[in-house]
Amino acid sequence: MTVYEKSARFLHQPVGGGPRALLALAAVLLAVAVMLPLWNLTMFAPQYGHGLRLDIFSHTLVGGNGGQDIKEINLLNHYIGMHSLSVEDFTEFKWMPFAFGALALVFLRAIVLGTVKELTDSVVLFLYFGAFSLWSFGYKLYRYGHDLSPEAPVKVAPFSPPMFGYQKIANFEVYSYPRAGTYVLAVVTLALLAAVWLAWRQRNRKLA
Amino acid sequence: MRKRSKFLTWSAIAGLALLAVLATRCSPKQPQGDRPSASDLADAAKKTYVAPGDLDEYYMFSSGGHSGQVFVYGIPSMRHISTIPVFTPYPGTGYGFDDDTKKMLGGLTWGDAHHPALSETKGEYDGRWLFINEMNGRVARIDLRDFKTKEIFGPAPNVSGNHGSSFVTENSEYTMMASRFSIPIPKGTYAPIDKYASEYKGVLVGVKIDPKTGGMSMGFEILAPPFDFDLGDAGKGPSADWMFWTSYNTERATGQLEVTASQKDRDYIAAVNWKVAEDAAAKGLGDMIGGVRVIDPKKVPGLIYLIPCGKSPHGVDVSPDGKWIIGSGKLQGVTTAFAFDKIQAAIAAKDFAGEEDGIPVLKYESVKVAEVPVGLGPLHTQFGPDGFAYTSLFVDSAIAKWKLGTWEVVDTIPMSYSIGHLAAAEGDSASPDGKYLVGLNKLSNGRHLSVGPSQPESSQLVDITGDKMKLLYDAFTEPEPHYAQIIKADKLHPIEVYPKEENHHPLAIWDIKDAGVTRNGNKVTVKMVAVRSSFSPSSFEVREGDIVTVAITNIEQATDMLHGFGLLDYNLNLVIDPGETKTVTFTAKKGVFPYYCTNFCSALHQEMQGYLLVKPR
Repeated sequence: MTVYEKSARFLHQPVGGGPRALLALAAVLLAVAVMLPLWNLTMFAPQYGHGLRLDIFSHTLVGGNGGQDIKEINLLNHYIGMHSLSVEDFTEFKWMPFAFGALALVFLRAIVLGTVKELTDSVVLFLYFGAFSLWSFGYKLYRYGHDLSPEAPVKVAPFSPPMFGYQKIANFEVYSYPRAGTYVLAVVTLALLAAVWLAWRQRNRKLA
Repeated sequence: MRKRSKFLTWSAIAGLALLAVLATRCSPKQPQGDRPSASDLADAAKKTYVAPGDLDEYYMFSSGGHSGQVFVYGIPSMRHISTIPVFTPYPGTGYGFDDDTKKMLGGLTWGDAHHPALSETKGEYDGRWLFINEMNGRVARIDLRDFKTKEIFGPAPNVSGNHGSSFVTENSEYTMMASRFSIPIPKGTYAPIDKYASEYKGVLVGVKIDPKTGGMSMGFEILAPPFDFDLGDAGKGPSADWMFWTSYNTERATGQLEVTASQKDRDYIAAVNWKVAEDAAAKGLGDMIGGVRVIDPKKVPGLIYLIPCGKSPHGVDVSPDGKWIIGSGKLQGVTTAFAFDKIQAAIAAKDFAGEEDGIPVLKYESVKVAEVPVGLGPLHTQFGPDGFAYTSLFVDSAIAKWKLGTWEVVDTIPMSYSIGHLAAAEGDSASPDGKYLVGLNKLSNGRHLSVGPSQPESSQLVDITGDKMKLLYDAFTEPEPHYAQIIKADKLHPIEVYPKEENHHPLAIWDIKDAGVTRNGNKVTVKMVAVRSSFSPSSFEVREGDIVTVAITNIEQATDMLHGFGLLDYNLNLVIDPGETKTVTFTAKKGVFPYYCTNFCSALHQEMQGYLLVKPR
């Protein structure tokens, strides 16, 4: 048997109960992740001892202090010519919840059709989605820190806000960390990888 | 096979564990800056504690901003000792109610008091007077012998938005004024806003100070381009003949200035040779505008030069030796030091980069000696005795300490919050004391018991005796301290009673036998004595419609024996200090009106009362 025949045979094998249960869990967690904040940015300056907070969801931005923090961040940013943060400017907020739903459907499809092929589709599509989202988030941060208006009253050198961890930007301590939604998505990733592993082990048993 | 499955199980566990560890990483609840240690707090408490009955080491005179007053603080206790009303009526001392102070206020009931300036002799505080400007084109003089506002000069013609004031020259020859909001002059002239660049004018004013009496009079006015002249400082020593003002909006823009006036990388410091201005004024040069001669710099060479300074500079401060001019661009991260001798050399060599309305512009590179990386949003600089300078940083909300000459920043300390001006002990004189520095912060934001939306400002005392600046004390100030002056307490020798022999008031009486009512037509004059615990006369009668002048002499000669004169239903309250005579004039309306002592004086204070009886006509 050639390696191609082997892999084709494996892909068409039905998966067992374990991987299907993990897929179901992943689909449910995806739905949960839509409700949860994915990332948080918190900024402190001497005059902002309580911090300015920004929570990023898959479908919106939520400022701390009843939304006031976004207004405050935008007021500060206009001095250095940063674009104003507004939900309307992010197409992500339109397609991301849809993508979460679509991926959940792909997972459910894999449960119903039930072969390694559909499981592999689920994993590959999800990993691609996750990697793209992270890149997109990083790129957005970069653009916000680099597309500064040439007419800004205060000129600062272009900068990249941190994606993970702490950074000092002007007089601000800026912290950027994932929040619950992202950890749920990480669990989805683990569940999918575990499903693949179980399917792989099944195959090995059969071959043995 | 078994081995591999074990490996995978462990990998999964490790993955989950890593996730769990990562999930504990999140933004802190508070910024990571350190709270002072317990020993520092004990040290701060010891350094600021002034035991009951003991006296502070310094006076601080803090501007009251749009409250129109001056606040007197003791340092290091940061106790608010007294309020000197200047541009605003103040029932607490009866200011603005009696005839003299009412006349001095000239019908205006507020002023935006900004920059107090102690009178100087050879660049040292001499403890005679305190000058303070306000935005409506006025400068007031407070006599430090009795802590009373004695004179309000202005509103001066042509000057508009008098922010760049009241900075006095090295020997108190002049106190200055400058336009922050240029207008077409004289006042009352109309020109559309799109003619701003050409038809609106800034004006720089020198107000002459009488060396004996402190009395103020118009010295000179200089026509300037419509820049927003902001702050100033007079030279010292080698630069004593010069006055320096910062300006922003040299773009001559209108509209949303926060953007339109922030486009140029450099604006200007205007350097004015006030001796040349004085000569020109003595020769009667200049056109009559608004009733005064306004000198056109085009016609008087050597009068004024522009020094480029980045960016939208706010404060300009001359070092104690008069050699360095420090300009702080509020929209950048450096403060700029210029050398006075280089400025003079550039002027002598006519090393100019261009001109603005005929005023030569010096070359930045020829006169700048250093750009000191103090931090974001530098505003103002004060000095210590040892060559150190202290610059307030609004955006960073901090003070930077740096060295003149080496231009090294050696320390910074955060301020709570958003510091504006700062004042060091005698910190803008020729010989600063060091020791204390007060940050005059714009926001107090939660550092005090909550008092609702109208928040006080915060003034923070900093110890500058060591290498590191140390925060000692938070005080909260009524709106709104801009600049302050700190003077060694032993330089002032205030009187506590007005000596009887110095009271030359024509209506003063010292014996209750002289008390009484005299009439001249419908004008009635009442000479009254106030002494513990009665008014004489204890009642008096006039007719409806009479113009009544009550002259009250407090014949006490004991410290703290103040008497009030509150007249009900007439909106009047005077406070008469020991040995003082005050008059108040009003039109009588019919009825019976009690008057009483408002300033608690003695065990029988409640009995100190009387009646104004007004017969119907």
